[in-house]
Amino acid sequence: MIAELGHYALVLALLIALVQTTVPLYGAAKNDFSLMGVAQPAATAQFIAIAIAFGALTHAYVTSDFSVINVAENSHSLKPLLYKISGVWGNHEGSMILWVLILALFGFAVAQFGIHLPPTLKARVLSVQASIGVAFLGFILLTSNPFLRLDPAPIDGRDLNPLLQDPGLAFHPPMLYLGYVGFSMAFSFAVAALIEGRVDPAWARWVRPWTLAAWIALTAGITLGSWWAYYELGWGGWWYWDPVENASFMPWLSGTALLHSAVVVEKRDALKSWTILLAILTFALSLMGTFLVRSGVLTSVHAFAVDPERGLYILAILVLFVGGALIMFALRAPSMKLGGLFQPISREGGLVMNNLLLSVATATVFIGTLYPLFLDATTGQKVSVGPPFFNATFVPVMIPLVLLMAIGPMLAWKRGDLSAAMSRLWFAVALSFGISIFVFWLHSDEPLTPVIGFALAGWLAGGTLKEFADRIALFRDQLSKSLSKARRLPRSAYGMTLAHLGLSIFICGAVADSAWRTEVVINAKERNTTSIAGFEAELETVDRLEGPNYHLERATVVIRKNGEYVTRVFPERRFYPVQQMPTTEAAIYTTFLADIYVSLGEGSKDQGWTLRLWYNPLIPWIWAGCLIMVLGGLISLSDRRLRIGAPFKRAHKKVKENGLLENA
Amino acid sequence: MRKLIYLGPLLFFIITAVYFALPILKGKDPRILPSAMIEKNIPDLNLPPLLETKPGIDKQALMGEIQLVNFFSSWCGPCRTEHDFLMSVSKSEIIPIYGINYKDKQNAAKAWLLDLGDPYERIGRDIDGRTAIDWGVYGVPETYLIDKYGRIQYRHVGPLSESIFKEKISPIIKALRKQTNG
Repeated sequence: MIAELGHYALVLALLIALVQTTVPLYGAAKNDFSLMGVAQPAATAQFIAIAIAFGALTHAYVTSDFSVINVAENSHSLKPLLYKISGVWGNHEGSMILWVLILALFGFAVAQFGIHLPPTLKARVLSVQASIGVAFLGFILLTSNPFLRLDPAPIDGRDLNPLLQDPGLAFHPPMLYLGYVGFSMAFSFAVAALIEGRVDPAWARWVRPWTLAAWIALTAGITLGSWWAYYELGWGGWWYWDPVENASFMPWLSGTALLHSAVVVEKRDALKSWTILLAILTFALSLMGTFLVRSGVLTSVHAFAVDPERGLYILAILVLFVGGALIMFALRAPSMKLGGLFQPISREGGLVMNNLLLSVATATVFIGTLYPLFLDATTGQKVSVGPPFFNATFVPVMIPLVLLMAIGPMLAWKRGDLSAAMSRLWFAVALSFGISIFVFWLHSDEPLTPVIGFALAGWLAGGTLKEFADRIALFRDQLSKSLSKARRLPRSAYGMTLAHLGLSIFICGAVADSAWRTEVVINAKERNTTSIAGFEAELETVDRLEGPNYHLERATVVIRKNGEYVTRVFPERRFYPVQQMPTTEAAIYTTFLADIYVSLGEGSKDQGWTLRLWYNPLIPWIWAGCLIMVLGGLISLSDRRLRIGAPFKRAHKKVKENGLLENA
Repeated sequence: MRKLIYLGPLLFFIITAVYFALPILKGKDPRILPSAMIEKNIPDLNLPPLLETKPGIDKQALMGEIQLVNFFSSWCGPCRTEHDFLMSVSKSEIIPIYGINYKDKQNAAKAWLLDLGDPYERIGRDIDGRTAIDWGVYGVPETYLIDKYGRIQYRHVGPLSESIFKEKISPIIKALRKQTNG
């Protein structure tokens, strides 16, 4: 009964979305306030209807209702509650419901918090947003309905893929979708602006918080995914340049570019058509990610069940929305007025370079990911593109970008003074030089690549810190004055400083791990000892235990340094009988400077067990750096919400009065 | 002229979309890879052994018997997924499997076999990946079915599974065995 309710709610949501697509758009064209006003309650109702559908599916999972096919195929009665819930989006149909739920959530948020938006823009944004909803709700109802019944119902379900039964992965898809779908907001604003034929600084001020929110979620989502791959797959690595990883990384790169170009529109009223194009392309790349994962045109370890019909449908959505938006762009953008002029050496110039480099980076990932597809379609040849390609093309683009990141924020708007900025960079040079010398001293007998990486990270950190110190006149003024300046600094300034520092920390982690990771594989019986990176590890015991829906072997490994006890870790090897699949649960002992990563392989008391140990230097810095970027984003977001749409307050009041008069 | 520039993104997108549509419309599964080597003799090879207990592989070793040749590496995730199945094939003695250890560290490969079991008759080390190039290997894991004259009869890219083996490989084995008997 509840499943049918969910199905009904989905149909209802589709109908509401249809109304929300058409009526406000027409109203905006006719300047009819009551028709435009339909958008707001419709967005709310659509969100509620989809939330009910989502709730119904969750209910089916939590109560293990195996008469629903989707539940029978992806759940099991013995599964812990958290994974019953995360199982809702651990499959194609359920994840699409989450997709539209988040899409509607963003529409709902605009309807609720967008009270200061100019009414025609708001109506058009909500209408475009709802049209995306129509497309995906139609997709779900026609090809991927999660509420279909199964008769007779099986006694128990087939269980979720054990690799996905993990707290990191429970939250990875929702975060990723918040990011992907969040860029739909930038897209809707871009298309609405093209319909209006007008882009002004206020528009950019509106787009930025939504883009930032999406960027934060995507950064967090990608980080969670990479962290999960690191500790769950038991290979000790954290990024594989897999097509699906790339599919999430491309919108991140172009979203980062969008974030920066929107600043130029807001502050200087320039780069308008470019920003619109970036907004369209960023969402296009998000949609492309969805398409690639679900159509099976590329092979990847991530791919969902491959279904050509679904692939074709998503491709149709992609063509309709992105193609339509790009046609409008081609028609409308040329007539947009060029904004403020600026010298090449200026903050704007720096941000243009940032955008160019990020676009080239996106393009390299795009080419590397899709080259096999293009080649196969033209010549029938099969190739695979792996990490060597990306290391050879992507990294060289990042080097000038990082160099620029220290200089750009020091340049003034409109016309910057390069030599003045350069003279402020002494701290960056010093820090960069100091770190390189230190790294070289630590590892003087090894290749120079990590030294270059650390020099870059030091340069970036030095430049960022110096820029921040200059802003609050640290060391040039009294400390109390500096502190009060720091208090008055806008939060977005803190956000930028943190995000750039986060990247610097991330670079250290990535460089150190790829250069100095060590690995030991041994066959160990109980009481055997091995050593790795100056630590000794002893396999104490291996116990057989029972988990909620799996059997497990748990090893106790004591880690010592120079004979002194450091810690005990407990790597596990689990076997899930329903899916007949083993998983490894690596144990990680982490210090601020490195991880000791222990993973237990197959074995027995007589034969001994295979034990893999990795020493991953600075790898915690990778996650820490990403988290700091997320934190910077959040702080920046908390700033902007306060001053959102301020210039429209008065205008809005008038509209409200008009509306009241009409109603009376 | 300036207006034409604004058409650029659209044109680029259309071309991309066509390439996306082609494989779906042709009903192509990207995982099926044709091999130029079908019905051809296996290339010359002479690979050093991985384990002290088993000899390496040369061309002579692969002749005279219907067999599978499996390219694998300890660093390859999908190899891990097919390994259980390879173990069951080797236990049931349906067909002998020869392993070619592709671009791997010797210790890592040994540990892998110690860890997961060793399904192979013999194992040769393809240290620099030269043999894999000669065979036209797309990526590990990859499995070739060889007849007793040393000709490649079938090639599967990606991890083997029971269903693939039953549907694709078993019929060819049966046909080949019939030919030899009849």
